[in-house]
Formats: sequence, C-alpha cells, structure tokens
Amino acid sequence: MIEFRGVHYRAPTGNAVLDHFDLRIETGETMVLLGRSGAGKTTALKLINRLLEPTAGEVRVENRGTGEWDAIALRRHIGYVIQETGLFPHYTVEQNVSVTPRLESWPRPRTQQRAQELLALVGLDPGAFLGRYPHELSGGQRQRVGLARALAADPPILLMDEPFGALDPLTRMEVRREFQQLQTRLRKTVVIVTHDVGEAVELGTRIALMEAGELRSVHAAKEFLRSNEPIAAAYVAQIRALAPAGAEGSDGAARLGNPGRSQS
Amino acid sequence: MNLAGFFAHNSSQILQATGEHIWLCGISMILAVAIGVPLGILVARRPWTSKPILGSANIAETIPSLALFGFLLPLPWLGARGDRIAIAALTLYALLPIIRNTAAGITSVDAAVREAARGMGMTEGQILRRVEMPLALPTILAGIRVATVWTIGIATIAAAVGAGGLGEYIFRGLAMVNNDVILAGAIPAAALAIVADILLGLLERRMRPERRSSRHRAAPPAAGAGIAAGVVLLAIFAATGLAGCGGEGKDTIVVGSKNFPEQALLGEILAQEIEARTHLHVERKFYLAGTFICQQAMLAGRIDTYVEYTGTALTAILKDPIEQNPQAVFEKVQQQYQQRFHLTVLPSLGFNNTFAIVIRGQDARRLNLRTISQAAKYTPKWIAGFGYEFVGRPDGYAGLVKTYGLKFAGPPKILDLGLLYRALLDHEVDLVAGNSTDGLLSARDLTVLQDDKHYFPPYQAVPIVRDQTLVRHPQVRAAIEALAGKISDAQMQKMNYEVIGQHRDISQVAREFLRASGLG
Repeated sequence: MIEFRGVHYRAPTGNAVLDHFDLRIETGETMVLLGRSGAGKTTALKLINRLLEPTAGEVRVENRGTGEWDAIALRRHIGYVIQETGLFPHYTVEQNVSVTPRLESWPRPRTQQRAQELLALVGLDPGAFLGRYPHELSGGQRQRVGLARALAADPPILLMDEPFGALDPLTRMEVRREFQQLQTRLRKTVVIVTHDVGEAVELGTRIALMEAGELRSVHAAKEFLRSNEPIAAAYVAQIRALAPAGAEGSDGAARLGNPGRSQS
Repeated sequence: MNLAGFFAHNSSQILQATGEHIWLCGISMILAVAIGVPLGILVARRPWTSKPILGSANIAETIPSLALFGFLLPLPWLGARGDRIAIAALTLYALLPIIRNTAAGITSVDAAVREAARGMGMTEGQILRRVEMPLALPTILAGIRVATVWTIGIATIAAAVGAGGLGEYIFRGLAMVNNDVILAGAIPAAALAIVADILLGLLERRMRPERRSSRHRAAPPAAGAGIAAGVVLLAIFAATGLAGCGGEGKDTIVVGSKNFPEQALLGEILAQEIEARTHLHVERKFYLAGTFICQQAMLAGRIDTYVEYTGTALTAILKDPIEQNPQAVFEKVQQQYQQRFHLTVLPSLGFNNTFAIVIRGQDARRLNLRTISQAAKYTPKWIAGFGYEFVGRPDGYAGLVKTYGLKFAGPPKILDLGLLYRALLDHEVDLVAGNSTDGLLSARDLTVLQDDKHYFPPYQAVPIVRDQTLVRHPQVRAAIEALAGKISDAQMQKMNYEVIGQHRDISQVAREFLRASGLG
C-alpha cells in the first residue's frame, strides 16, 4: 500500500510542483496517474521511491513514511521502469537484468536462473538475447528488458514512468498487452504515469487525474469513460474524436480502437 | 658520420635516454592520473568546483614550459633534482586534459541511465564505480592519450634542467650544430609519441560501449598518430627558443644574446650604448638557446648583433682546431667570419671568458690542489657536472679528459649552466666546468683550478655585427667600438654577481657600468 498524505513538493527553483496531494494506492491495484506534461505525475512517482523528498506532508510505503525507510532499501523494494529504459549500455542484457540480484548478493546460480526466467517472462528468448548489448536491441525489446530488470528481485511495488511512450504504436500495443497479461499473474502494486488515455483505461484499475500539481479526481477505470466530471469528460471526448467510427463496443478498451484487444 | 651510423654507434646511450624519457613520462602520467581523475570526479559532482579547479589547471597549461621549469627550480625539495622538477612540471601540464575529460565523461552519462541506477537502489559509490566510471572510461582515456603525447613532447625540454631523457640529444645537438645529434633525440621521441598514441587509441576504442558487441567486431586501425609527431616537432621548436622573426623596421637594431646572464648583460650594454650614441630603435632578443641559435639568427637577419667568444667562434662555428694564441685566434675568426658569413667581428670588449674547472674550496685546501693536473689523481672518485655545450664541443669535455688523463667515477652529469655551482656546493657533483667570469667564483668558497697545460683556448668577448647592418647604419660600428677593451675579467665577475647573486636588474647594472666607465 502506498499513501500520499497532504504532500507538497516545491522544486529547487521554488515552483510548487505538487500541492495538497492525497492519494491512497491499494496493494495489488494498478493506479494510473493521468495528466498533461507538467501536471506533476513524474514528481509524484519519484516521491514514492524517494528519488525526491516531499517539502511537506508524507508519502507512506507499506505503512512507513519514505523518510523512515533507508533510501537504498526502499528503492530495492520497488521496481522502476522509465521511458528511456535507462539500460546500462556497457552491460549485456543478462548483466542488466542481474543488477539488483547482484546488489542484493544473490548466489550466482540463482542470479543466472533468474535472468533466464525474467527474459522468458517478458517474452524474449533467453538463448538469443542474454548475451546482447542494449544497442543491439529494438525499442520494444529494450523496453521488455527494462521491465525484466525492474522485476528482477520480485519487488512488490512497480513504478512505471511512461513505460511505453517511446515505442511505435504497434509495438506499444503489443508490449502493453503483454504487460497486462503479466500483471494479472503477478498482482504487483503498480503505479503508471501516462498522458495516454487509452493506455490509462486499458491498464489501470483506477485512474487519478492530475492537473497543475493537483489531484482532480480518481475514477475506477471502468467508470472513467462514463464520468461526468468535466476534465475526465474532456479526455474522453478527445479519444472519442480520435477513435475510428464503428469501433464502439461494450468493452471500454475496444472502443478506443485497440486492434490487439479486439482481435483477441 | 651519417645518421644511421650515428644511431648504430650510440645505440646503447640512445636506448638509455629513451628509457629515461619513458620513465619521466610514465611517472608523470601516473601522478597526473592519480590527481586528475579524482579532481575530475569532484568537478562533475560539485559543479561549483569547476571554475577554481579547471581555471587553475588552465593557468598551469599556459605557463611556457621553460618558465615553469624555472619557477620550480628554487623550491626546496623539488628543485634539488632535475628529474623532480621535470616530473612536477609534466604532471601539471598533463592535469588539464585528464580533469576535463573525466568531468566531461561523467557528466555526459545519459541522465536516464543515472536515474535508473539511483532508482534501482545503487548507492552513490556504486553508481560511480559500476555505471559512471565504466561509461566515462573512453572519454577519460582520450584525455590521458592527449596528455601522454603532449608529455612525451614537452619532456624533451626537461633536459634543460638536467632531467635527462631524449631532450639531452636535442639540446646538445643544437649547441654542437650537429643535426645527427638533434635527430638522435627527436626521432625516438617522435616514435615514442606515435606508439603511445596508437596503443592508447586502441585501448580507448575497445572501451567504447557501442564497440562492444556479442558478435565481436574488429576495431578499425588507429589513426591520427600524425598529431603525435607534430607535437614532438613543436616541442623541438619550443626547445630551440626561436622567437619568430625580428622587427625588420628600417631604423631598428636587434641585439641578441645567448641564454645566460652574462650574455644578457653584454647584450644590454651593447643595446644601451647604441641607444645612447645613435637614434636607432633597439630591440632586445636575449636568451636565445646557445651558440648555434645565435649564429642562425645572425645569418637569417633575425638579430643584427650579439657578443660571441673567440674560442667558441673558432671551434664551434668555424670547426677549426683549438689554438692558444689570443691574437691569432681573433684574427682568424675575424677573417673567416667576414669571408664565409659576411659578419664583422669588432675588437674585444676586454675580458676573456674561458672555461674554468672549479671544485669546492674545502676540497682544494684539504687536498692542496691548485692545477687541473694535480686534481687528476683524485678525479676517479669524483662525479663531474657539465653543461650541454661543454660535453658536445670539441674544446670541451673530450679534449679536457684526454689532455689531463682525467677519469671520473661515472659519466658526467649534464646540468643547466645555472645549476652547476649549486650541484657542486650541494656535493651532488665534485667538479664542474664553469666560466672564468662567473660571479659566484668570488662570492662563494670555490676554487678555480689552473689550466696548467693551456688546454682551453682564449675566449675573448667580441661583438659581432652583420655587414648589412653596418652598411645601413654605419654609426653602429662607432657605438660598439667605443666599448672595446672597457670590460675587465674582474668587472665582468662583479656584474655577473650583481645580477645572479644579488638579483639586480640587468639594465640597471649595465647602466651603472656604462656611467662609471664614462660611456652611455
């Protein structure tokens, strides 16, 4: 469980980035932070693994304020996936996904076995990919390795900052679907930052709408499309305009024109 | 002797000098890396340190190498030995590219990579060791490579402070007017720089992440070694101290001098006398690096006049055998200079600056020594210290040893002229070849051994002027001739001491002398 209690965050430049932020994320749910660029989504995410610390208020992870946690222990407890993946260019895929196990001093055979499992988990052939370097991978493969790396030490919490943002639309759809299938099995507590409404509706259990550093509303993903709340409605209108005509169905995601979903 | 022959004949000494050169550069680079990399990390971590650290390194870089060696000379521990001075200076020079590239390598690590590392729970130390340093390594190596090539070049100048290495050949060759000797230093130095450049280049390329591959592509061959050779050539030019072209203005006279204080004093006396007696503008180009450089500058018209010593002119320039009769030497030099170089040799200023074989006064008293012949019995236990010119010149070391049958405990130490007496007084050497007009001879407990076999030829100080200059400005002859016979040995010693021992201003000492002599 993750909880924001009256959190303020002021950037070193003095600008308020988060204001009066209260949000509770239940264990096992996928919370999507949705909003425009500059809404404070990424800041909220970084407050969870203490890459940033709140100016006022408190962020609690598993009933302890992040300030009470040892920052290193907290971060190793939380998987972190970012848009550019941040894969280490001088490490092979195997070395990249083994970083956390090695920091945690796992025995070698266990680390090696885990690397194999992880690649299989994200749909990459371990035999073909373990020895490769990041620059030898496609964008989608890199994103999968990034996810595998974040999952390496089986953290109960996963933070994802626009994890599929850098991918082309088809690959994005594919990786997104795989992630969703993975999540139904793993049941992690996941926080995803995105500005893509379709992604929010498809992946989220709940959607937190943010604007200008403030939390506007929280919706169950299934209700989001029917919400009368003005900002949510504006988002929905926006995707309706973009969606191809006649693609509407009872399933919310299918109405977003997600071919991967409607074909399955 | 041709060049190949010279190399073959001197291979063991050249190898030894190469070894010294590698040692100097190697130690300097190790120190520079040990200091520069942590400083670079600091600059990357704390951006506010960038200005003071990079600023200081930048300033160190702009100090001309000979000047930097000079600044380090008076320091207590460092200044005591040539190799220490050289290593300190070379380390300072190597710092800037290493600090700069370390900082640049670390700050250029992808922000996403750094954020991922922090987010995964790496400590700052782990991020530095496992992520930043490996990724910055190619950039750091590029800095080390630039610094190494640079260092190998500059190290040739270190010979000026007696640090040894390949520069010794270059300096000696310049003093002896012998290209083979110059090349014996320059070619191995250039080769060293090229080899270092290629090896470090290969290493740097191997370290680049994008070169790493599961498919093991071969690295392309190294390129750009030419830069290395260029740097060495540049260093050679720097070592020669050639200061470009002089002002060719119609009413300008350029007075030159060699690179020791007496020469600068004589140059200054000439300059002031010309200024007093003519309306010509006088430009001073003092401290040219030795006889050869002065002669070249005269022939090329970069300087119009300087003071030479007859014995030096006879043996080093004219390459004639040594002669003892002062008048005969003067006449021969005057005639040959006129005929061969179109240079006019004017009457002597009066004093004779011959070589002086000097030992500590206490040794002279203890062993009751007055002449070089008497000292021959003791020299096998002594170490000698000589300047470059003395070792290379036909009227120098070789003939001295032969004439007196001298043997020494080891090969002579090659020292800069300014360091000779200090090395002697510090018991680092036991016998030096100085000059009979050196100011310290009267000021310190030093004894000049008599040249009882009259080995050293006369070295009368004679002003030399280009014929063209005298044609264009006939009044210069009268001005300089007014100085004929005016400076005695004792006066020269005294002026030298005022300049070297008492750190007095050369132009002031010259002015006082001219006034006291009723000139100026």
